[in-house]
Parts: sequence; C-alpha cells; structure tokens
Amino acid sequence: MPVVESTVLICAGGACISAGEKSAKQALEKKLKEYALDGVVRVVETGCMAACDLGPILVIYPEGVFYQKVTPEAAEAIAEEHLLKGRVVEKYLYKGAEGELRRRPQEEIPFFTKQVKVATRNLGVIDPLSIDEYIARDGYFALNRVLNDMSPNDVLKELKSSGLRGRGGAGFPTHLKWSFTRQADGKPKYIICNADEGDPGAFMDRAILEGDPHVVVEAMTIAGMVIGADKGYVYCRAEYPLAIDRLTTAIEKAREYGFLGDGIMGSDRSFDIEIRIGAGAFVCGEETALINSIEGKRGIPKVKPPFPATSGLWGKPTLLNNVETFANIPQILLNGGDWFSSFGVEGSRGTKVFALAGKINNTGLVEVPMGTTLQELIFEIGGGIPDGKKLKAVQTGGPSGGCIPLEHMDAPITYDSLAELGTILGSGGMIVMDEDDCMVDVAKFFLEFTVEESCGQCTPCRDGTRQMLNILEKITADEDAEEDLEALKHLGEHIMKTSLCGLGQTAPQPVVSTMRFFWDEYLAHVREGKCPAKRCKSLTRIVIDEEKCVGCTACARVCPVDAISGAVKEVHYIDPEICTRCGACLEVCRFDAINKVSP
Amino acid sequence: MITRDDVSKTVHDIYEKITQESFEEGDMLINALHAIQDHYGNYIPLEAAEALKELTGLPLAKIYGVMTFYTMFSNRPRGKYVIRVCKSLPCHVSRGDEVLEALKNRLGVDFSETTEDGLFTLEESSCLGLCGVSPVMMVNDEAYGNLTPERVEEIIDTIVTRERSDEE
Repeated sequence: MPVVESTVLICAGGACISAGEKSAKQALEKKLKEYALDGVVRVVETGCMAACDLGPILVIYPEGVFYQKVTPEAAEAIAEEHLLKGRVVEKYLYKGAEGELRRRPQEEIPFFTKQVKVATRNLGVIDPLSIDEYIARDGYFALNRVLNDMSPNDVLKELKSSGLRGRGGAGFPTHLKWSFTRQADGKPKYIICNADEGDPGAFMDRAILEGDPHVVVEAMTIAGMVIGADKGYVYCRAEYPLAIDRLTTAIEKAREYGFLGDGIMGSDRSFDIEIRIGAGAFVCGEETALINSIEGKRGIPKVKPPFPATSGLWGKPTLLNNVETFANIPQILLNGGDWFSSFGVEGSRGTKVFALAGKINNTGLVEVPMGTTLQELIFEIGGGIPDGKKLKAVQTGGPSGGCIPLEHMDAPITYDSLAELGTILGSGGMIVMDEDDCMVDVAKFFLEFTVEESCGQCTPCRDGTRQMLNILEKITADEDAEEDLEALKHLGEHIMKTSLCGLGQTAPQPVVSTMRFFWDEYLAHVREGKCPAKRCKSLTRIVIDEEKCVGCTACARVCPVDAISGAVKEVHYIDPEICTRCGACLEVCRFDAINKVSP
Repeated sequence: MITRDDVSKTVHDIYEKITQESFEEGDMLINALHAIQDHYGNYIPLEAAEALKELTGLPLAKIYGVMTFYTMFSNRPRGKYVIRVCKSLPCHVSRGDEVLEALKNRLGVDFSETTEDGLFTLEESSCLGLCGVSPVMMVNDEAYGNLTPERVEEIIDTIVTRERSDEE
C-alpha cells in the first residue's frame, strides 16, 4: 500500500461548489494523474470551511498551507509547483486586506482564531461521506454513553445545565422541550429535525447537513432514546439537494454500522430516520406547518396550543428541533453541560453560528460564544466593510427581525440585548448594509418576501402585509405617501398582535425596526422625494456634470438602453426617461463626471 | 401525446416504489409529487392528481391544493432547465438586480416564462442559502454563485452549447 505523502482538503460546501469547486478539483486530479502522484496524494472533499468569499479553497497537509479562490488554472499550478516540486505557490495563498500573504490563516486571522467550534467542529475537517472519520472525532460516543451509562434524566440534567436554547430562532430552552415531550402521553412518539432553513441570510444548517450529517443522525437517535421514540424525520427543503444526498448516505452508513435500525449498538433499542423533502414554502419552517407538510397537506400553520410536544405529527407527541440545536447535543453530553455553559453569558449560554453576508469583507459562517459584541463580529472577525464604505446597519433574524444601526455596535449578541434593540437573534443570519443601502428599500424587500410566503390563512397576515407593502411601494416610488406613515405604524402593531403564527406576528418587524432607527430616511422619501442612499430608482437620477465631461463617449457606449446622447468631444446628456439607473456609465467614466443625485 | 392511462400507470409505479422505500405507509404525497415531477421533466401533468386520488384516497381538491401550494411544483410544462434566481436581501444588496436583468435580457423572457426553444424557464426564488457567495442562482439542482451579468452569459452559453452538441 503506497504511503500517502500529502492530503489535499478541498472545501465542497454548497457555496464553494457554486463558485467552481468541481472544475478546480477535476483540473487538480488530472494533473496529479499526469505526474503519477495520484497514488501518494489523497484528495478529500470536505464540508464547508466557512470562509465563503475565499472559495474555492484548498488546504494542503501536512504543511497546512491554505490556497484561496482556486480556479482550474490555479489548481494545475498548485499540482505542479507545490505537490510535485514542493514549492508553495505564493500567488494563490491567502491574501489579507493589506495584501499580506499568509500560509496558515486558519491559525492567524481573527475570522478563524476567534471561533469556538462546537456545532461546526467537523466542518471542513472531515469527509462528510465517511462514517469512520466521524467516529475518529468521537462520533457516536455520546450515543454509546446514553445507551449504556446515562439515564434519560441524566441527559436532561446535562441539557439543563448547558443552558442550550433552540438555535432555529425561537430560543426555547431545549431541556424543557425534551422534558415535555418525554412526559407527554401518547404513542408512538416522533423526533423531527427542522432542516427547512429559509431565512434570507441563513446558511448554517445547510453547512452542517452537507459537512457533518452524522452529527444530526447521532443527536436525533439520542433524542429518540430519551423521549421514547423509535422514528425520526428530517424535513429538508428541496433547494438543498446536496444536503439531502449527503444525509441519505449518512443514514445508510449508520444503518450498516448498527447505529440505526433495530438493536442499536447491540442494545434492545430501535430508531430509524427518514428524510422528507419540502417543496419551496418558507412557512414550512414553522413547526406546525412543517408537520402538516410531512402529513402530505398544504403547509399551513395550526393554532398553538396544543404544542407539538403534546400533539404533533399525526396528533402524537413530537420533538421538533433545529439542525444547529441537534449539532450541539453530542458534544454537550461528552463534555458536560457545565462545559457548554462556560461559554456565553447569563441567559444566552454556549456558542452560536452566525452567517455573515452582504457588505462585509469576510462572508461566511462563524461560530462564536454568545455575548460577543457586534463590533467584534462585524469588524474584527468579519473584516469590516469593503471599498472603504461606512457601516449603516446590520440586519438580524431574517424577515422576523430588524436592523441595528452603527451606534449600537457595542451591543453583546444575546437573546435579550437584541430583543431590546427591537430585533431577534433568529437563526443567526447577519446581513450587513452600508451607506449605499436604503433602509426603506430594505424594509420593502422583506415585506415582499413575507407577502409572497404568507400561507394565506389569516386575514392580518394575508391582507395586512399586502397593505403594508402597498404603502412602502408608494414611498419608494415617489408617490404622495406622508399620510400613510401613520397607517403603516398601526398596521404593523395590529398584524403583530393578531396573526395566527410566527410568520405573520413578526412580519412587520423589519418595518417597525427601520422606522425606529431610520425615521429620517422615511421622512426624506415622503417629504422631499429624496432617497439619501440614492438607491430608490424613482427618486434618483444619474446626471453628467457639464463642467467635467470631456465627451469621450465611454458612457454612451456602455449604456444598455441608449439613454446617453452627445457627440465626440461634446458634453453628453442622460435622458432620465430612458435611464434605468443601472450605473454602468458611472463605472466607466474616468473623469468623475457622472453622479447619482436624489431628488 | 401523454394519455390519461399512461400517466395513471406511471404514477402508480412511482408511488409504489416510494412507499416501499419508506418504512411507514403514511402519507408520501409530497415525495411522490417530486418523483413524478422529475419523471416528466420539471412539471406534473394534471392527470397525475386523478391517479394520486385513487392511490391515497384523498379528495381531488386536497391533492390540487397541495400541488398548487408549493412553489416548486408546476402544472404547466416548463423548460428542461429551470433557473431559480434568488431575489432575497443578501443577493439584492450584492447587486442581484443586475443579475436579474441580465438573465431576463439574455433569455428574452420574464419570470415564470419559458424560452421558445423549451430549454429554460426563469423563476424568481426566495433565499437559496448560499448568501456567502451572493448573488446566486440554481439551474435545476446545480448552484452558481458569485454571479455577475458576464458570468450569467457564460453559464447560459455553456448549457446551450452542450445541448446543441448533444443533439448532434
């Protein structure tokens, strides 16, 4: 058997794949074969390495050298220079904001070093399709302990001392949910994993399912042992075919190894898991709608109580937990609840995975202790705002959340402090916005999402959110809307109080939040016809400065709608009736003669 | 031309296969609809509802209700490639609207329309969970990130070229 000299880990999370990982890997493997290195170089596709803006990513061991943005050409160069000749290829190394090259950024830069990985500890480290690698990292040891050394009450005790709260958004204490379901009357009982991650800006559940599917299998089985269920379902959205594939493989492997099925690990207990697929409905992330969907019905939420713990799937006691919540369970049981609660702060114990997206340098997933400040998360870990722009707000909690402005960046990220700021922690999505983003436009965007995804069952949500959206459309379209601002506030309050489910109850939150912190922007829109961020097309024009224009015609040539007129060496003019505000002309003008103005 | 009997037999076969793979008789309606849609290439013929009615014992109205509730199911034939482009906030903030326009222009269709050659159907989608590489789109099960108007052109061109060479 040839000895493996080098191991190449390639990030094969959904994002890197969509950024071209497959063609980079193919190019690499082709070269390795050409150089007869394929016997001594092992190429492993791992789960998400979480640094999305650096992908596709290659890490070569034993040196631990990190290559970023690997194109097929780069892969070929790396095969030849690094793997064949033993020379690090500086051109493709990690490059920091000041242009500094680093060979091992995972050991040096805050994006990696400030993380405390519990739920995401295996991501980017193991081959997600290998059960042996999962076991080698203490996989299935927790299940073994639960079967042989711990009673259900022992498990509940550890969960209680861990302080773990639901990571899907509601933040309900996990030990209580497990306890209620365990105590509920009714047979059979069910375990459901909510993998219908639909919050715009959230992609951590996807990463866990694609990068470490066994952790979900193990945790669900543990839950089955504690609650007294022998059947589990993972409800996964159909937009995640990769997650579905990898989870399917994990379930099959677990059955092969006797970790699922009858007689788990030689005991007299049974548990098995089946995958059910969603079909494009955000509302199915709501637990009762999800249950309806598994039952083959329209994904319409039910009034609560009763809660799924007492009456869930087919009317039986059902435990429903989020992917990330489950991903924490094995480590809590192996290291103890006290260990987990040593991270974080009172009321928000442990770690949380945050998804950084939008106008931020380091997009991707970071798992940090609760209580980390927004300042640290966005600027130190996230690398701040690109292009020298100024932070305007951070949107948290998806369509159920709100926007936190710059002056509150010193707030610690906890359930309570975010609630005080009029938003929620939610699933952990953080969408960063800069001075070029219009907060009224952002609110409108979220409402468009909610109107689209509303199940239509109750009037406040179905019709109320539509009315709110109508008003926001008026405001951003430069129509007379000052009187409607009061109506917008009232609608928001009433919809929050009277909607049937969480979707409707929180739908007005982005509007309420932006009205609280960015009221001046709303006023500017309705009173002056001005969009301060120059984003709303109906309130913005692109104009050419007559004094600076030299008539080079560069702008006229790139205009996709022929809105620019003017002869060579004469001042050009943009027709505002035709102009679509795409901004292409702004980018090509070398004389700084083109500007966006509002009104 | 697909006849009602053809559809009925196909649906029966698909449904039986799925229930064998599941460990509970229960309701496999949505899994079955996905499998039926994959079989017919991105759409579910309305006749399939009749067949499902016989198999599940559910009223036709309930089956139609499920087929029309979920955005990924379509009763109308769609292109061989369904392009779902994300229009949620992270993609929007990363200049996703330019990508949306570029797609419409390149394909010559608006959302929920299919190109004349039957190759592409363009659909708007909610967040696809790839926000780290926004803007993003999926073409059937393949995802593409870090999109720009130029990259969109490249991707569409590659598919068109591959289709043409397959034909030859």
